[in-house]
Amino acid sequence: MTAVIKAEHLTRRLGAEVPVTLVQDVSLEVDRGECVAITGPSGSGKSSLLYLLGLLDTPTSGRIWLNGVETSGYGDDQFADARLSQVGFVFQSHFLLPEFTALENVMLPMQRLGRLPPSAMTERAENLLGRFGLSGAVSKTPRQLSGGQSQRVAIARALANDPALILADEPTGNLDTVSSANVQTIIKDLAHEHGRAVVVVTHDAHFASSVDRIIRVVDGRIQT
Amino acid sequence: MIRLLVRVGIRHLLARKRQSIVSLMGIVLGVAFFLAISAMMQGSENDFIRRLIDNSPHITITDEYRNARVQPVTQRYPNGAVEISHVKPQTETRGVRGYQQVLEFVRTISGVRASAVLTGQALVSFAGKDRGITLNGIVPSEYAGVSTLPTYLVRGSLDDLVANPNGILIGDELARVLSLVLNDNLTVATTTGQTKTFKIVGIFHTGRINIDEEQTFTGLKRAQALLDRPNRANSIIIKLTDPTLARAVAAGVEGRIGYKSVSWQEQSEDLMNALMIRRIIMYTVVGAVLVVAAFGIYNVISTVVMEKQRDIAILKSMGFHPRDIKRIFLVQGIVLGLIGGVIGLGLGSALMAGLMNIRFKFPGSTDYVYMAIDWGWFQFTLAAGVAMAASVIAAWLPARKAARFEPVAILRGSA
Repeated sequence: MTAVIKAEHLTRRLGAEVPVTLVQDVSLEVDRGECVAITGPSGSGKSSLLYLLGLLDTPTSGRIWLNGVETSGYGDDQFADARLSQVGFVFQSHFLLPEFTALENVMLPMQRLGRLPPSAMTERAENLLGRFGLSGAVSKTPRQLSGGQSQRVAIARALANDPALILADEPTGNLDTVSSANVQTIIKDLAHEHGRAVVVVTHDAHFASSVDRIIRVVDGRIQT
Repeated sequence: MIRLLVRVGIRHLLARKRQSIVSLMGIVLGVAFFLAISAMMQGSENDFIRRLIDNSPHITITDEYRNARVQPVTQRYPNGAVEISHVKPQTETRGVRGYQQVLEFVRTISGVRASAVLTGQALVSFAGKDRGITLNGIVPSEYAGVSTLPTYLVRGSLDDLVANPNGILIGDELARVLSLVLNDNLTVATTTGQTKTFKIVGIFHTGRINIDEEQTFTGLKRAQALLDRPNRANSIIIKLTDPTLARAVAAGVEGRIGYKSVSWQEQSEDLMNALMIRRIIMYTVVGAVLVVAAFGIYNVISTVVMEKQRDIAILKSMGFHPRDIKRIFLVQGIVLGLIGGVIGLGLGSALMAGLMNIRFKFPGSTDYVYMAIDWGWFQFTLAAGVAMAASVIAAWLPARKAARFEPVAILRGSA
């Protein structure tokens, strides 16, 4: 079985005069149905690693395979296309577009991909929101939603194009205990019940301990 | 796909309604002023040219030659060892030789109306004072086709000249100075020593003092006799159905008959140049209004781009291409330009309609004058086009910036 995401010797440096190394020589693999947590102190390069894995940033050196396809040498548009159909992001603050309703936010990636007919997009978006208990919030704007609700909309949006890889950057960082527990369950279910590869960056030790594998990052390196 | 980008762009504008409306107003007013001012300038210019074209002949053939005539011997032996210097041409009776033939030839050109005129100086005496007048001998039926004289007649008609061979038409100024009224007699003396008493059969008022005071019109035969130039005319006046062809027709006629033929454009070349300069200045100024309006658009879109950095980052992380982002903001410029242009054209039309109803009277004038307004597709297209171009350029700069945002940098900053 090919790993959903496989990285070899990833290094990411910033700046020319005073180089800062964000990620150094990281190799990892995440399979389908696996939920992996990346932990570590702030500034250790967890988020940077996540952006690299999500093809949002390009490594200074090292290689990444997404669903068995090597991505080195991709151009901006190819990276964007790969993100669109194969990667779903969830961020710490929910990052919904404030001018659009919950339903429209979830439909945005589908509309950009344009693979489904419009009626099917609406149906799929409603189903996703319904799955996370948001049937009543379909036509609400982000401003009318609570933090927990917004984060669940954001997860629904990440799932819009049925990606194999879900990347979450501190998804529970801004939530109260109840919402946080709810979101944690949803994220783990994405791996265990829907067979996706999930990588979560988190500070929450309790959350981290409940997933399949923990990768600890210190100063840009994986600590074993 | 593009519909999605349009929707995102429009939502951004709607989220900043007040600022969008202000920048929209800039374009609306810019386009409206552009239209109204250019229509006014164009109107006054066209009005000016129309008056020029209407009141003067389109082509005048005079009894002159542009260049000294080539002597027959030089014509015959162009390379011969002959040199003739200090040639004094034979004195000939002034006037267009064989003017009937010239008239016949000119009338074969389509869209041409022509009439022969014999002009000469004459004197009228009144209260011990001599006044110089210009006597124009015309063929009334033909002259009516090439001149606006009939429209200026306030008493009598051109036909009365035909009915009465001793009839004369004079301007109202001359009539006033000489305290003459219709059907009075007027004695005219010419430089050839002849005297003739005419009956005033018509009085005209053109509003131009030198014409109303000096010009008089009588039958061609009568003028030929009085000026002692039988069978001569010293100019042929031509009107064209399409005045813009005057230059070409004049050149053709001159090439054929040799007499100097001057088109109205040639006659008023300096005026045409002045009008052209005026037009350039006007379009520069009204164009600047739109450029200023475009800064409003630049302002609102730059603000949106700065405010929406986070949204741009999220859209990119979702898989939107840089050019999608650019299009979202270009759409905003296009939408503002389009809506502003349409409303502006409407407002501009209303402004022009309003201006058209303004009438005023020059001090001392008896006639009301309406504002001359000319609008055509050219103005509308230009106003809409310039507004659109300015809007797109104004949007393109911030849009390009937005497309270049690195999502990671923004995500790091706001996480």
